[in-house]
Parts: sequence; C-alpha cells; structure tokens
Amino acid sequence: MTLGLIVRRSLRQHALSSVVTAISIALAGGLLMAVWVVREQSQQAFTGMNAGFDAVLGARGSKLQLVLNAVFHVDESPGNLAWADYLELQADPGVAVAVPLATGDNYRGYRIVGVTPELFSEVEYAPGRRYQVAPPGRLFDPTLREAVVGSFAAAQLGLRLGQRFQPYHGLRFDESHVHEEKYVVVGIMEPSNTPADRVIWIPLKGVQLMSGHDPAAAEELSAVLVKLKSPTLGRTMEVRYNREGSRLTFAWPIAQIMARFFERIVWFERVLTVVAYLVAAVAAGSVLASIHNSMNERRRDIAILRALGAHRRTVFGAIVLEAMSLAAVGMLAGFGVYGAIMAVVTQIIRAQTGVVIDPLAWHTVMFWAPLGMILVSALAGVVPATKAYRTDVATHLMPST
Amino acid sequence: MDDSAALEIQGLRKSYWTPEGARQVVIDLPAFRLEARQQVAMSGESGSGKTTLLNLIAGISTPDSGSIRVGGHEMTSLSESARDRLRATTIGYIFQTFNLLQGYTCLENVLLGMSFGPGADRAVAVGLLERVGLGARLRHYPRQLSSGQQQRVAVARALANRPRLVLADEPTGNLDQRNARESLSLIREVCRESGAALLLVSHDPGVLSGFDVVEPLEQLNRAGGV
Repeated sequence: MTLGLIVRRSLRQHALSSVVTAISIALAGGLLMAVWVVREQSQQAFTGMNAGFDAVLGARGSKLQLVLNAVFHVDESPGNLAWADYLELQADPGVAVAVPLATGDNYRGYRIVGVTPELFSEVEYAPGRRYQVAPPGRLFDPTLREAVVGSFAAAQLGLRLGQRFQPYHGLRFDESHVHEEKYVVVGIMEPSNTPADRVIWIPLKGVQLMSGHDPAAAEELSAVLVKLKSPTLGRTMEVRYNREGSRLTFAWPIAQIMARFFERIVWFERVLTVVAYLVAAVAAGSVLASIHNSMNERRRDIAILRALGAHRRTVFGAIVLEAMSLAAVGMLAGFGVYGAIMAVVTQIIRAQTGVVIDPLAWHTVMFWAPLGMILVSALAGVVPATKAYRTDVATHLMPST
Repeated sequence: MDDSAALEIQGLRKSYWTPEGARQVVIDLPAFRLEARQQVAMSGESGSGKTTLLNLIAGISTPDSGSIRVGGHEMTSLSESARDRLRATTIGYIFQTFNLLQGYTCLENVLLGMSFGPGADRAVAVGLLERVGLGARLRHYPRQLSSGQQQRVAVARALANRPRLVLADEPTGNLDQRNARESLSLIREVCRESGAALLLVSHDPGVLSGFDVVEPLEQLNRAGGV
C-alpha cells in the first residue's frame, strides 16, 4: 500500500512530465508492436498464401515477378505465353487444375483479370474454402460481358450488382485510355481476405479480345496458375520449363519464391527493427530524464519520508516502481497507438496487395514488448533511484534551528 | 542505564568538517536524561545545535561518539535500517516547517507515517485528526490548510504510532501568537494523553515559560553549537 501510494502521488505531483513520458512510451511501444506484427504477419501472408496453387507458368522472366503478378495481383506481367502452352500444360498428367489468366486492364486502378470459371469451381484458395459469389449475385457467363467484383474492390469503387462500367487500358488508371466495351456487374465476391478481393474478374476472352488490344493477344495469356496432383511433381516440370526450355518460366514452389523475396529485403526489416529499438531506447531515456530532472524537488519529500522511518531501500524501490508504472501506463496506451497505426497500415497493405493483416491476432510481441519496456524503464529508474537512496535526510529537512 | 527513561544521553559528540578543512565540534553533551512521560523544553538560540541534537536523537544523523538510548534501545549501535525502524515506532518528530508531504491529504500524511511503523490504521489516523480538530479536513491537502492547521496534522502524524518520545523542533516558529499558543497546548495535551515523553527545543521565551523543566542547551552543550 505504501509504495503504491507514494508512486501514485508522485505521478500526480509530476503530472505533466508523467503524461509526456507515458505518451513517448506509448508511441514507442505502439510502433514497436506494429512493426513486429506487420513484419511477421505480412511475411506469413506472402509466404503462406498461394491462393490454392502450387506454381505459376508464364513468359520467360523473373519467377518473383510472375508470382507477384499472378497470385498477388501486383507488379507487371513479364510477358505472355501462348494458348498452346496452356493446353500442353493442362494435358500434363501431373496437373490437377490449370487456370489461365489474362491481365492488362483496370477499372479506376483496380485490376481487371480475365479468367475461366474454374477459378471459382475447382480451386480451394484455403483448405475447404472456395471463392464465393455473394447472393443474389452469380458467376459471370464466359460468353458475355459480365464481371464478378472482389469484395474490397467493390466496396472501394462503389460497384453494385447491375452496374455497368467500361474498363481502362493498362494496369494504371488513365482516364484517356478507356475501352469501348461495357461490362455489367453480376456478382460481388464474398470476402476471402486474399488478393482476389481487390480484383475485378471477367471472362478470359473478355481481356483477350478487348478492343484496342493487339489482335495477337487473342491467343495469348499472361500466366497460368497451376495446382499439381502432388506438389513434388513440380520438380520435374521445373526442370522441363526452366532448364531444358528457354521460352517459359515455371515458378515453383510459390511459398519458397516469396520466402526468398523476403530474404532479399531482410535488411529493410532489420532497419525497421533497429529504428523501433531506438525509439524504445529513447522512450526509456525519457523515463530517466523525467524522474531525474525532478529529483531536486523530490529530495525534500524523500527526506520527510526517511524522517518518518522509511528505509533507503523503500525510497529506492518507490522510484524504480514509479519508472515501471510510467512504462506500464505508457504501454497500456501503447496498445491504443498500436491500434491506430494498424488501422492505417492494414488498410494500406490491403489496398496495395490485398493481403489482410489482423491487428487483433495474438502475437508474442504483445507480451514481451510491454514486459521489455517495463524492465528497461526499471533499469532507467535505477539512476534517479540511486540519487534518492543517497539523499541526506538532515540536509534536506530544512530549516535547521 | 535505566530503561524507564524515554531518553538517556551520555558523552555525545558530533563534529563537522568546515569548508576551511577544520574539524568543528557542534555537540558535546556529557549527559541528558528524559524520563518517561516527562515534558522538557530545551532553550537555545539559532545555531546552538538544537536541530543537530534532535537529528542525532532521532537517528537521522550519527554521532562521532557517545551513547543515545531511546526507550531502552541504544541508537548508536543500531544499523541504519534498524534506526529507521526505531524512529518509525518509537519517536514522533514535529518540525518547525511541519514537513508535511504536499501531494498527500491530511489523512494520507498520517497514514503514511504509520505505514513505516506498526502499520497504517485508518481508524486510529481519523481518530487522531479528529482529536486535533481536523475531522472535517481529512481529504484536504496541506496547501488548503492554514499554518496552524498544518501544524496540527504534523502533531497527529507524530503521535500516530504511539511513540515513547516526541521531539519538537521550534514547533511554533512558523505560527502567529494565538496559533502558537494553541498548538503548543495541543502538543503537550496529546503527549500527556498518549503517555509520550516530550523534548521540545525553542528559542521563544513565550514557549519555554510554560514548561516546568527548561534546560538551556548553551549550558548543556560544551561545544556551543555551530
């Protein structure tokens, strides 16, 4: 009770510096947790998500670019492959499902992807989960100019069932490059929390035959998403396409390609981590500065407490506990800061990549960041606490008579 | 030594280093004794070493040599931690400037003093504050009280742990005449009621005149103070 009362009163007596210090801890803690969660979850999402496919077949080029374009719907296609290549792949006994994709258009910045209905009927993007069209919508008719819009794209674009729109040429929105064709929205997808949510899906032929496109593209594809009967069969196909052939690229396995991508940008993660640690160190420094700077005005109170019978270790403990309390209060508020940062960051990541990050998902950083911050602050509190410990009672119990 | 004495001092010496590097003896007290429940005033001008003496008795400062027995406990042979404990349980200290903790209410000031001793007892603390006429001011902060009222809180705090010895250092020095009279009367009354011995130091003849026993520190202290 005694230490608690001393700490509470001291925090209140130095309310302004306490609040400022707690805010700096909250910002540091919130940032630290947000950096960690975004880093871990985005890595998990990108390396763990394959949209239900094992590989991507595309034009000769970067495997990563192929995966990013075909699975995550970011980056540009490295080029086209022929319809005949698709047919050959489909005929391979090791292939369970092959879904051709054609890209190259957008509607107000959201990609339009031509695809066959197999994407909806044959593919499980996660175990037991298929892409669904929300009632009363339906899947597009492959022979008509109809579209099924991903849930996120629909919400952002305000597209509703029955609404018509004209695609724009290219992957970036340019108002001057509008196509003549008009598509009608016949379905809005149920949210899948995958990059598919930010795509406008139309029949494959729709993209291939879009006015203004190169007529040669009518028989070409941007990529083929491949589900193998056994993932290990990818080894043979990789040899066939990548080593023995020279026209195409077989990006397999998708998770490993994304993992290699994250290995390449690990320096960026490290910089972010170091920055987060530095911010935390500055916050701990602010605890030290805040308490240390007020030590002169505290000395009289400390002397009084000691004159009343408080041990040196009691006043030492009170100062360390105050530092820990500041950190604890700051970290509580840090969860609010974390929520605010995540609210913005998750929206940006979702809008840019379609990857959904769950800010409420438990992560060990939510345990060790507050604990670490409290321990580091306790350490910072040792400096002023030592001063308190050494306070000479007689000198500070003024005046003497 | 006699344990019935509230305070017994033998051959007490305390010196300080001066800025010039010389050793200056401020307290040289051959002997002093305060019986249980006795109330003694000690007279002394400013600089005569009154506060130094009280700090030595309270175990806040340590002497160069000599013996201080408080309630039968030899203060000078105790560790600092044990002195803290003895001070909290056996000695009540009333200061000229009250030395109340400004961020705490009247009640908390008293409770905090108790928490270092036998333990905080809200009923006892409230009872004491009511006894000194502050029953309606339990949740007031020192800055919300007059000087006289603040001194009453200090009295309640000093008596809260039922000490055997109360030390009062110029307790009326910051009070006007009427408050000084009332405050002094209150200190003496509550000490009598609780059975505590009282050693009061003051330079004020008006304060000293009320005591049967007045010991002039200048005569007792061979060092002559600071």
